[in-house]
Amino acid sequence: MHLGRIMGTLTPCVVYKGLEGMPMLIVQPLDKLCQKKGNPFIAVDPIRMCGKDELVYYESSREAALACDPWFVPVDHAVIGIVDDVNLIKMDENQRIEEVK
Amino acid sequence: MIIGKVSGAIHSTINHQFYEGKRLLVVDYLDKKGEPTGEYVIAIDTVDAGAGETVLLIDEGNSARQIVGDSMAPLRSIIVGIIDDIHCE
Repeated sequence: MHLGRIMGTLTPCVVYKGLEGMPMLIVQPLDKLCQKKGNPFIAVDPIRMCGKDELVYYESSREAALACDPWFVPVDHAVIGIVDDVNLIKMDENQRIEEVK
Repeated sequence: MIIGKVSGAIHSTINHQFYEGKRLLVVDYLDKKGEPTGEYVIAIDTVDAGAGETVLLIDEGNSARQIVGDSMAPLRSIIVGIIDDIHCE
């Protein structure tokens, strides 16, 4: 799983069987410091709780389809959860832990 | 399997029901010399790893689902060991 930021929503008019009513989001992938990394993609939202500008984590490939109900759907990215907080550490030169935000 | 270093944790209350109560850790990929490669992944934890520890990571769906014993879990990355030492020429 990786971090992503919701940039907007997408509404298809015709979808493959099993994807009816599934919210679709435009997601910008991020690195662990929440900086943009790579190109945006479309992800489905099986938890149906995500809104614009939210920080989320998403799963790719077959695991994305497993997050959906029904699960055998043509999906390659799915939002798994909304991030409340990212808590990172970094090591200084003496291998002691410093907190970073 | 991949060598990684835990660099932090992610907290989430609204998530897929499988992830209810699971610990999510941010893991940096390491090369064989122990240097970060710049890639990272968010993985669930089975061995109580903590921040700063070098860990063994699986990034493959079927193996991960086998470990959690749920063939329908939307899960690919899972921490399966804590590494004490790496010897490499």
